[in-house]
Amino acid sequence: MEMIIRDIGFIIGTTLMYSTPLIYTSLGGVITERSGVVNIGLEGMMYFGAFVGAAVAYFTASPWLGLLCAALGGALFGLIHAVACVTFNAEQIVSGIAINFLGAGSALFISRLLFDGATQTLTIPNKMPLPLDFLFGEGRLFPSSGFMDLVFNRFATVYLAFFMVFVVWLVLYKTRIGMRVRAVGENPEAANTLGVSVIKIRYCAVILSGVFAGLGGAAMSIAVVSRFSNTLISGHGFIALAAMIFGKWKPQGAMLACLLFGAAKGFEIYLGSKGVPIPGDILAILPYLLTLIILVGFVGKTTAPGAVGKIFDKSGH
Amino acid sequence: MKKVFFSLKEAVINGAAGLTIFSILLGFIVGAVVLLLAGFNPIEAYGAIIRGIFSKPKYMSYVVIYSTPLIMTGLSVAFALRTGLFNIGAEGQFIVGSLTAAMVGYFVHLPMMLHVPLCILSAMAVSAAWGGIAGFIKARHGVHEVISTIMLNWIALYLLNWAVTIQSFGQRGTGKSHMIQQTARIDLFGQWKITPEGIDFIRSHKILGDILKSPVNTGIIFALVFAFLVWFILNRTTLGYELRAVGFNPHTAECSGINVNRSIITSMSIAGALAGAAGGLQVLGVSYRVAKLAAMEGYGFDGIAVSLIGNNTGPGSVFAGFLFGGLKYGGSKIQDAVGAPTEVINIVVGTIILFIAMPKLIQLLLRRGGRWK
Repeated sequence: MEMIIRDIGFIIGTTLMYSTPLIYTSLGGVITERSGVVNIGLEGMMYFGAFVGAAVAYFTASPWLGLLCAALGGALFGLIHAVACVTFNAEQIVSGIAINFLGAGSALFISRLLFDGATQTLTIPNKMPLPLDFLFGEGRLFPSSGFMDLVFNRFATVYLAFFMVFVVWLVLYKTRIGMRVRAVGENPEAANTLGVSVIKIRYCAVILSGVFAGLGGAAMSIAVVSRFSNTLISGHGFIALAAMIFGKWKPQGAMLACLLFGAAKGFEIYLGSKGVPIPGDILAILPYLLTLIILVGFVGKTTAPGAVGKIFDKSGH
Repeated sequence: MKKVFFSLKEAVINGAAGLTIFSILLGFIVGAVVLLLAGFNPIEAYGAIIRGIFSKPKYMSYVVIYSTPLIMTGLSVAFALRTGLFNIGAEGQFIVGSLTAAMVGYFVHLPMMLHVPLCILSAMAVSAAWGGIAGFIKARHGVHEVISTIMLNWIALYLLNWAVTIQSFGQRGTGKSHMIQQTARIDLFGQWKITPEGIDFIRSHKILGDILKSPVNTGIIFALVFAFLVWFILNRTTLGYELRAVGFNPHTAECSGINVNRSIITSMSIAGALAGAAGGLQVLGVSYRVAKLAAMEGYGFDGIAVSLIGNNTGPGSVFAGFLFGGLKYGGSKIQDAVGAPTEVINIVVGTIILFIAMPKLIQLLLRRGGRWK
């Protein structure tokens, strides 16, 4: 019995850990799409953030500095996307595709320069700290490898992610600025008439989406693992994008969808470690299949923000 | 003279080809600036790429081999885009196609004249269904094709990874499938190359022998035929007209009696078939098997770039496929030649696409450039 409880704790804990990078990134997706700008470049921003986070954490030995710089790195590509989409009325999906090439390309380019031609960084000296160990001392609060320890003794980035879900929800639904963001995404012409600066709001939202995607990448490279490599992100940004749509463009919905994808990973790792005869690859299909089925069954097309993907031209052209 | 220049300039400013050429130019300029900032001589680096493409017949042959799947996935993305659909799923359709071709190529025994077409057609059929799923749930349930194809990409990847662990298909413990039968391969002189006469020929013939050192295959012929078919269907048939009408404005198309839902499913199926053929050709011509994928290989995503650079047409995809294939192959040489990271190619391609996304900016630049004169 104790064994089973511990295994459940292991699965929950791994789920939390693997959901975290997705949660950050999909929050980024929620913010930008709520303001009416599609961001398919989350993948590239996440990729760049993962690299910057690991590289800075390696050179400064500070994961926190790594996390901060990853956010800035993501913001840089957010800015590019914003300039293209908001100022120059770019085709948003096309610009996003460009960001994916640019983000991954820049990360690998700089990686080769800094790490002796390698497309991966060296192992960082300090991973993200475990806040419970930090506050109470190792194994003090909960006995080591017990249920509580396995579930709650997780990286600071995990705690921060769930806190951010709350913050984004709060800002988006309970503040003026959040209302404006939603108004701009729903009907920019009306918002503009009421004196809301569509351009400013969208710039902020798109740059913020880069910040969050950068955080997501770093949550992968300096917490889940302890280095960046060229296959680390491979598609997680796209999964986060899907999670955002699956979660109906809501922070809490996106979080739940990310937890689903994380849980699949948790089970995959658990079953892999136990040598259970269910093939891990078949199990890995489940969250994607489930998402498709749920989308077909429950999510209609009406949930997307009204003006998402549409070009807003102030001059009325 | 001035008038000719003026009308030429108007064509460049307003036409798609001009936008593309100008974007490509800007892409290389940005790439050069990045190289400069990193402390490399961009002229040397670009020179290394050009040498890496053109200095040996073998290199050029490799570029063709690299370009073939990119042209095909480019065609896939382009076809869907003309109906207003964004096929991010070319990646998964490629995987499913390659898996199908590897299975039919290994399990079925037939003479070559039947085996090769059977492999390609079955790869296309399965991938058409794979793409068709996304079309169907878009048409019927309003699920955006971007999200459904992202899901289908991952399902395809894990399906392949599982398939290579099946005992009769995969080689135990290697994560690779068995090699396909000789009769299913589309390589040229593959068997003859390793005979004494073949080795002798390769040694004695400078150009042909050099080309034969690369895994030459007939894939590119298929790709060119498919490119022609895409152009023909889109521009010379009623079906193509309807699909383009839907892409142009679905509401107008609906009003003029076109079945929009059916068009969406048809378009995604054809796009799937094209990407599936890409995967099939890659197996029949280059890899002869499939192997466990640790991550997405990127053929489908590169196809998006090819399609966008090629202005979403058949001939454009051929041009952009060769450009991208050349950059990919030639770009892999600059690491050794000048020590500059190969990934500058991704930056160049990304920049090209970014500028293609912003016709407004390009027109502004060109117009202002004119005024300053």
